[in-house]
Amino acid sequence: MNKTENQRAWFFVAPVLVLVAFNALIPLMTVVNYSVQETFGNNVFFWQGVGWFEQLLHSERFQAALGRQIVFTAIILAIEIPLGVAIALTMPRKGPWVSVCLVLMALPLLIPWNVVGAMWNIFALPEIGLLGRAINALGIDYNMTQQPLAAWFTTILMDVWHWTSLVVLLAYAGLISIPDAYYQAAEIDGARPWAVFRYIQLPKMKQVLTIAILLRFIDSFMIYTEPFVLTGGGPGNATTFLSIDLVKVALGQFDLGPAAAMSLIYFIMTLLASWVFYTVMTKNDAR
Amino acid sequence: MRRAIWLVPTLYIVFLMLPIYWLLNMSFKTTNEILGGFTLWPHDFTVANYVTIYSDPTWYLGYVNSLTYVSLNTVISVGLALPAAYAFSRYRFVGDKHLFFWLLTNRMAPPAVFALPFFQLYSAVNLFDTHIAVALAHTLFNIPLAVWILEGFMSGVPKELDEAAYVDGYSFPRFFFKIFVPAIKSGIGVAAFFCFMFSWVELLLAKTLTSVEAKPIAATMTRTASTAGYDLGLLAAAGCLTIIPGAIVIYFVRNYIAKGFALGRV
Repeated sequence: MNKTENQRAWFFVAPVLVLVAFNALIPLMTVVNYSVQETFGNNVFFWQGVGWFEQLLHSERFQAALGRQIVFTAIILAIEIPLGVAIALTMPRKGPWVSVCLVLMALPLLIPWNVVGAMWNIFALPEIGLLGRAINALGIDYNMTQQPLAAWFTTILMDVWHWTSLVVLLAYAGLISIPDAYYQAAEIDGARPWAVFRYIQLPKMKQVLTIAILLRFIDSFMIYTEPFVLTGGGPGNATTFLSIDLVKVALGQFDLGPAAAMSLIYFIMTLLASWVFYTVMTKNDAR
Repeated sequence: MRRAIWLVPTLYIVFLMLPIYWLLNMSFKTTNEILGGFTLWPHDFTVANYVTIYSDPTWYLGYVNSLTYVSLNTVISVGLALPAAYAFSRYRFVGDKHLFFWLLTNRMAPPAVFALPFFQLYSAVNLFDTHIAVALAHTLFNIPLAVWILEGFMSGVPKELDEAAYVDGYSFPRFFFKIFVPAIKSGIGVAAFFCFMFSWVELLLAKTLTSVEAKPIAATMTRTASTAGYDLGLLAAAGCLTIIPGAIVIYFVRNYIAKGFALGRV
């Protein structure tokens, strides 16, 4: 759409701008402020420079949390995106079952995140949980409160349960926007199912899939509540991801300086990755 | 082959329902039965857990608090996002692209980063432990999302509609509310759905910004779990009740979910 040049449009944007600035800029400046100072309580601050940043980037604890975070996000994307597309492809396009599928699939998305964690905790307990009991019955020794591997398995399964539906809904929206004529043309050409997927369905889903990857990347990179309730970051530090570590430092130990430095590095990382995604997306728009 | 294809979504839905069934199962059991052994369905069926929640104000007020700030947030987010999204979809102005990206970056900010500064900011302006504080804090990620969704829907409405209205002598506010808003009402529904969803499920900020008066139900649950021992039945019943508002909202927007994603480009 060709837009008209109009500077008064700023008036329309002003309310949003003021509110988001209040919510984003003031806290962000507070964080910047803390990140360069040291305090011994009583609101007395000393200039610290970039000391916290240097200390953080060399700290093994931070590197370990960052490593776990990257591995977790990579696994999540590798499972949820293909699985979501596969389920969307097999869903009915017409008829009464469409609504049933959509409503049931959207349900996990609207459960508060700590309830998701609590639900999976109960579900996976080795003695009284259905999942824990079932795995142990298969002869596999499974206890997510003691075994790091079991804790990882449960956390990933929980996230797949929680968020794959978002990918399904997005991919499905892309699929139903394809006109029937495309499929008829493919049939006349004698295209095989794989060719239909590769040359008709995948290109049409490209836009929504970019958004799905972007949202899944951001949200899994910021994950806090679900693993915190499920495993508490344990056993040991096995499932302590970046946000859990940050909250421990900021609200648990009240180490303002290191927490602020960590916040800024964390934020800049998500921002950089998002900028890359955004550039890719707007490129698609222009085409 | 055709019959096998039905299995995939069916199995997926069964997988989705299993943990929910287990929670429901637990909520109808007595504590003795839960700790006493493994049963696939409640043998000693009881609704005592639900009665406790219904009769104890610290429990049921949690639901009232949550629903209050979620509704406030949805109204504020969509209300402010409407004019902004209109500007982004219709006009070019200095800094529009940068502003749009800057808004989106707030959707990308980890809430954990904002927890401590938000606590200090909202304490400083005397809004700590109020519904409006949580509602305003949640606009941080909901306004960008609402602007993004609404902009997509508005760009789908041809500009000729605006021009025809001016020719017919409509003033701008009258055009906006009488013609334009009805034209994108499914977009508003989708945006409101997402604002409701992300505000309803968020806990870290909601918990940080409240202590007693506006404490969300989800926070009540965590505290009970840690202080009063391990009353799993009560916890499960409270968890089951938090699923209901979401289920109702999904039911109302079920016809828009799929379409909304495609039209709104989100």
